[in-house]
Amino acid sequence: MMNRIAPFALLALAVALYFALPYNLAFLTRILIMAVLVLSLDLVLGFAGIATLGQAAFYGAGAYAAGLFAIHAWADPIAGLVVAGVAGAVLAFISGLIVLRAHGLTLIMLTIAVAAICHEIANKARDVTGGADGLRGIRMEPVLGLFEFDFVGQTGFWYALAVLAAVFTFLTLLTRAPFGLSLRGIHESPERMAAIGTSVYWRRVAAYTLGGAIAGVAGALSAQVTQLVSLESFSFTLSAEALIMLILGGTGRLYGAVLGTLVFMFVHHWAAANDPFNWLFVIGALVLAVVFFLPRGLVAVPTALKRLGGQNAGS
Amino acid sequence: MTLFLNILVDGVAYGMILFMISVGLSVTMGLMRVVNLAHGGFALLGGTFAHWFAAELGLPFWPALVLAVALTVALSLPLERVIYRRIYGFTDLQQVLATIGLTFLMIASVNLWQGSSLLPVPLLEGLKASVDLGFRTLPAHRLMVIAAGLAVVLGLWWLLERTRFGIRLRAAVDNRGTASAHGINTDRIFMAAFGLGAGLAALGGVLGAEILPIDAYYPLRYMVLFLIVVAVGGMGSIAGSFLAAIGLGLLETAARYLAPDFATILFFALVMALLALRPNGLIVRAQ
Repeated sequence: MMNRIAPFALLALAVALYFALPYNLAFLTRILIMAVLVLSLDLVLGFAGIATLGQAAFYGAGAYAAGLFAIHAWADPIAGLVVAGVAGAVLAFISGLIVLRAHGLTLIMLTIAVAAICHEIANKARDVTGGADGLRGIRMEPVLGLFEFDFVGQTGFWYALAVLAAVFTFLTLLTRAPFGLSLRGIHESPERMAAIGTSVYWRRVAAYTLGGAIAGVAGALSAQVTQLVSLESFSFTLSAEALIMLILGGTGRLYGAVLGTLVFMFVHHWAAANDPFNWLFVIGALVLAVVFFLPRGLVAVPTALKRLGGQNAGS
Repeated sequence: MTLFLNILVDGVAYGMILFMISVGLSVTMGLMRVVNLAHGGFALLGGTFAHWFAAELGLPFWPALVLAVALTVALSLPLERVIYRRIYGFTDLQQVLATIGLTFLMIASVNLWQGSSLLPVPLLEGLKASVDLGFRTLPAHRLMVIAAGLAVVLGLWWLLERTRFGIRLRAAVDNRGTASAHGINTDRIFMAAFGLGAGLAALGGVLGAEILPIDAYYPLRYMVLFLIVVAVGGMGSIAGSFLAAIGLGLLETAARYLAPDFATILFFALVMALLALRPNGLIVRAQ
């Protein structure tokens, strides 16, 4: 039930927010882009069960690939998305071959190390990436040759929303397909899946690669809409925040990832606007509250309330 | 030759700092199976307290150091009781998240109290001087760090191999259930080990302030470094942590001297190669 209604409710909410906050379109677009990144993490972590703290590596790779492609080759946005997706996928595939041989803490460390290496390479290759100043001078052509990117950010918003909807639909179909089901099986019991003849390692590499491609698309969106790529794209903080958003919403359900992104970004925005120095208190408390009181995320709230109501009625 | 000696002394000093900060993390990870990303926060707290005692209250270096370590331990014990005890049963991911939340709270607290600027710990006059070894001179601070690191290694060895507490701790690391069934109060052992680890992290934070400067974002900046020491050394192995810390300290220092532009890339690439070859670390405890 929720699986069917929730995506449309979220879509309606996005449209409503567009009209409710016309002067905050840049912020709303940022939420949409983060939602794409968190969806990619949901595929890798929520479905395939790969605990990673380095998803920013692919986001950054996509952002730089899209930015450089637009500057040096072709400024068409859709082509940029494809190039960024390929860049994210290639990096994820190559690093995944090494990283996915490990488990637990070592796996988490390796994913962090991959992002750290990318960060440092982008920092040192000043001639290509602009180093710490960021990659500037990205000028995009109109989307599909029709919609010019405007100063207010209306095109950017609809463009990001369309890409988010496409990614969401793709992942919904994927997770219901045999491939998605086999990922769930691996998440729950790798031994059993191996016993029935699934190549656990290669399925995980495939999921990691696909997650890298989608994270690359998210990075490309950010590069195209903001016309800037900064070193922050590779930062550990970005990976950690994406993880917090995913757990806040609830893993393994795609709309949970979007909901978590929405709530986290609004709390973050509100806290940072109210107190630019001490907003980290709010985020820290939020994270602890989620882990202790809502370990299954916001999507579990209705079930929990129902159970609570049922208990009260019973007693 | 001079270059080689410089790398050796700086690398070993750096490694000793890494060891002091990370060994507690390794023990708590081996003991409680908790992925504690907030461990660097105790080094930050130690450094901040030392800065407060020495720079603002004007205490001499040694009393400030002792008070800072004691205060950090005093803070870590209730934290273990109230928060960490609940985290032990969580999954890896929830532990990561909970301890990231704690790290944020620690950063925000230090930020609120002391601001986001650098928090220097004034050194003893004697430590600023150079020591003449006959063939060359060395900064006294590096020698003091190396001596302190060796003292910590010896102290830990004695504590773990020669005392009742050590026997109980090792038993609890090897098999918590069996240890508990033999009448060992594992809860209290956990708490003591946690406090010890936090205290050593604070000590490392203060002594290493010259090498890893203290400011509010310290735990996030060096989190990866401390975790790498544990992952490379092997969880729960003190000898492994020591080997890994000295090795990584030497490796990073050598990379900085010989190829400064590529030091970070080289460091992480070698760590990745090592972890890919030995996913469980250098020294794996027998199961």
